[in-house]
Amino acid sequence: MAVVQIKTKYEVVIGLEVHAQLKTKTKIFCNCPVDFGAEPNTNVCPVCLGMPGVLPVLNKQVVAFAIKTGLALNCEISKHCKFDRKQYFYPDLPKNYQISQYDQPICKTGHLEVNGKIIGIERIHMEEDAGKLVHAGSDRLHGSEYSLVDYNRTGTPLIEIVSKPDIRSMEEAREYAQTLRSILRYLDVCDGNLEEGSMRCDVNVSLRPVGTKTLGTRTEIKNVNSFKSLVRSIESEIERQSEVLDSGGKIIQETRLFEENSGRTVSMRSKEEAHDYRYFPEPDLVPLEISQEWINQIKESIPELPHQKKIRYPQEYGLSTEDTKVLVEDRNMAEYYEAVVRIGANPKKAANWLIGPVTAYLKEHKIDIINCCMTPKQLYDLLSFIEKGIINDNIAKTEVLDELLGKGTDTEEIIKQKGLAQVSDEGPIKQAVKEIFDANPNQVKELKEGKDKVKGFFVGQVMKKMSGKANPAIVNKIIDELIQS
Amino acid sequence: MITKEQVEHVAKLARLSLTEEEKELYSKQLSEILDYIDQLNEVKTEGIEPMTQPIPTVNVMREDIVKKQYNRDEMLKNAPHEEYGFFRVPKIGE
Repeated sequence: MAVVQIKTKYEVVIGLEVHAQLKTKTKIFCNCPVDFGAEPNTNVCPVCLGMPGVLPVLNKQVVAFAIKTGLALNCEISKHCKFDRKQYFYPDLPKNYQISQYDQPICKTGHLEVNGKIIGIERIHMEEDAGKLVHAGSDRLHGSEYSLVDYNRTGTPLIEIVSKPDIRSMEEAREYAQTLRSILRYLDVCDGNLEEGSMRCDVNVSLRPVGTKTLGTRTEIKNVNSFKSLVRSIESEIERQSEVLDSGGKIIQETRLFEENSGRTVSMRSKEEAHDYRYFPEPDLVPLEISQEWINQIKESIPELPHQKKIRYPQEYGLSTEDTKVLVEDRNMAEYYEAVVRIGANPKKAANWLIGPVTAYLKEHKIDIINCCMTPKQLYDLLSFIEKGIINDNIAKTEVLDELLGKGTDTEEIIKQKGLAQVSDEGPIKQAVKEIFDANPNQVKELKEGKDKVKGFFVGQVMKKMSGKANPAIVNKIIDELIQS
Repeated sequence: MITKEQVEHVAKLARLSLTEEEKELYSKQLSEILDYIDQLNEVKTEGIEPMTQPIPTVNVMREDIVKKQYNRDEMLKNAPHEEYGFFRVPKIGE
């Protein structure tokens, strides 16, 4: 009910702040490895633990990844920028400040196209991640007797990508986040896993009466760790805010936490404790001067991006927009597809196989295309065996594909081992047809009388008798011949 | 002029508890410091970019190469309390 009212009464305004963990080998300011599965506190050093007297040294790869992302999101790259200290106290932050960028972010004013609509990018800045808290004695914060801290994640490089408040619905927010994730993965700067926290989303939501231009008071939602939660959290926040506004109340600017179980947002920090981070320039790091030469060099390393492939695939391969969208979302899938076509496969057939049975297999086994055992050449071979009539489509799907994907055995070998080769030889097929005819005289009579529907029954019976290996075209031909004779 | 309320606010942010006398004292001292710094406003600075670093160096960066130099026991030595390889901290209240 509430949602229906909103559609007529309020317009929702959404902005997203996305934190992306960068795929560097080491942390942003020290040589410690970035490794997510490690035992607690095994990847720490005096620098990331914030011990007195240590000095941070910036990881060059972090800057390169930030520039790369900025270029892909059509941003202006700052020629000059610096780092700042953001002060707050929390046990996951050993220095009691986070090194971030405040008034001079590395990238400014870009945009991203989502389903034909331009969503502005306000800024991208570099910063360090905090550690992880484990709450002993309770799985909830407030019931804990004490907390345990693992600082392995402390100092993991992050970029924060801040959108302009250009998003107008929860579906658009999801599309934006998915498009952004896809780009980050194409650039190979972040693995974009919301569930594991390598990509995290904070959502700013406000409402305003339809037709007005001034922004309403916003709330910030944290703890959104899937695309589904993103949609649900916005939906529940729209509902909550509209109820407050409808009853004559005012929205309080605050941070709210999304609770997965109840599907609602709850207040986390009230206005009185509003952020006062007392930023100042980081004295331990010198400024950055980014040369055009470096920017150009990074520009050259950017691969063809999904939105570019979306234009090329229909033109070059004759694919539908829908099929293209599925193939290009994941870079590995798109590259695999292109490899199969490059070897010489029919573009449409290759697309159908990848989108259909191959994807079904990957989903079932929860693996990525690059982790399956089938090489692009092997898929090409499978398709050409079908085209040459050596095996039929159905046998390929049910008998060959799983073995190819799971074990990487060549199609030729599988056909030999399982005796799957399609029978195109007229002799055995004729024999089988005759036997089926003899067993079903009534149906033969019907077919002779011109009831074509019965033909399907005969084809099915012959296939069954020959374990699905008969060439369907030959079976049809022989049935016709025997009926007419 | 730094008011007592401003001193209280800054003290709260820095997790410092101050006595009434200290609040009065710091309000006076901080005001004096700001007045002193205000002298800088007499210098004409039009057309000069703000400086964020006194050292005339830029772009100090390192390559992305792992070096593991410390083990956990060594790193936990400075912790007042530890448990199962974690740093143990008092419970977090709002």
